[in-house]
Amino acid sequence: MDIDKLKEKVIALVPEAELEENKQFLTFFIPAGKFRDLASHLKNDGDLAFDYLFCLSGVDMIKFFMVVYHLRSTTHEHSIVLKVKAENRDNPEVPTICDIWRTAEFHEREAYDLLGIRFANHPDMRRIFLEESWVGYPLRKDYTDEVNIVEL
Amino acid sequence: MKDVDFRDNETLDTFKYTDGNFLLTTIDDVIDWGRSNSIWPLTFATSCCGIEMMACGAPRHDFARFGIEVYRASPRQADVIVVAGTIVQKMAPVLKRLYDQMSEPKYVIAMGACAVSGGPFYYNNYHVIRGVDQVIPVDVYIPGCPPRPEALLYGVMQLQRKIKLATIMEAKKIGKR
Repeated sequence: MDIDKLKEKVIALVPEAELEENKQFLTFFIPAGKFRDLASHLKNDGDLAFDYLFCLSGVDMIKFFMVVYHLRSTTHEHSIVLKVKAENRDNPEVPTICDIWRTAEFHEREAYDLLGIRFANHPDMRRIFLEESWVGYPLRKDYTDEVNIVEL
Repeated sequence: MKDVDFRDNETLDTFKYTDGNFLLTTIDDVIDWGRSNSIWPLTFATSCCGIEMMACGAPRHDFARFGIEVYRASPRQADVIVVAGTIVQKMAPVLKRLYDQMSEPKYVIAMGACAVSGGPFYYNNYHVIRGVDQVIPVDVYIPGCPPRPEALLYGVMQLQRKIKLATIMEAKKIGKR
C-alpha cells in the first residue's frame, strides 16, 4: 500500500491522529487512549498487516515522555511510525502492546528500565538491564549521579 | 638466533660441543620458557575488541605462532585473561570471579581503550568501569579502539617478556602482586 492510502486509512481509523511531516517514515502522533485499538487493527487488518514491530524506543522530551513504535508489514512491505506521549512526568504511563506484538515485551521492559515509562497491563514490568536495586532511571535528562558520572 | 644475542653462551657452547645431547641451564629459564610459550587465553570478550582477538587467532595473524594458543572455555585451565571490551558495572563481579577462578600463575591483558581507561565511555556515563585495573590487576595494556591484531600480538610478546623475568625465588611475590 502506498503512503497516501496508508495515511488516509490511519486518519479514518483515528481522526485525532496528528501527522508529522518530512520524516523518513509515515509518522503519526496517536492519543494514548486510542492507541491500543489502532495497534490491533493495524496488525489484524488484511490490507495493512503490520506483523513486525521492528523498533520500540522511549524518548525523554523534557516536558513529557514519548514512546515511538516502528512497524513494518513483511507481506505488503510498507512501514509506519507511531508516537504516543506520556504527559505525566512523575508517573509516565502508556498502554502495553506486548499482547499484540510479543517482541514488545522486552522492549517495553527496556524503556521502563532506562526511562521509567510504565506500560499498563504489562505482564512482567521490571528492570531488564540494570540491577533490581538500581535507584533512578539513567537515560532521563534530569538523571544525576555524583559518584559514578564524570561530567565533561 | 645469533651467538652474540644469546645471553648464556656457555650453555650454547656445551650444547654444540656435545652435538645437542647435553644442555645445562637454570630451572628459572626452563620454567619461564615453558610458561611464556604456552599461554592459554580464556574465551572472554565483551565487545568489538573480541572480534579483533578472534581475527588474531585466525590464520592471517595466527597468534598460535607465539604460543598463545588454545582458547579455554574454563577459567581453571586458562593462564591469561584478555579483557577485550567494555566492562560495565554489571559485568565487573563476573570478571572478578573469573579472575579468581584462574589458577596461578595468571596474567591479565587489558585490550582496547575501554579496558584500559573506560575509553569513549569515560565521560557522562553511569555504568562503565573506568579501566579494568579497578577490578583486577593488569599486566599489559594495549591501547586502540579496537587495537589492530598486530597490537595484540605485540602485547602478547610484551607479556612473554614479562613472564621470562619471573624467578621461582619470588614466586610468592608475583602471585600476590
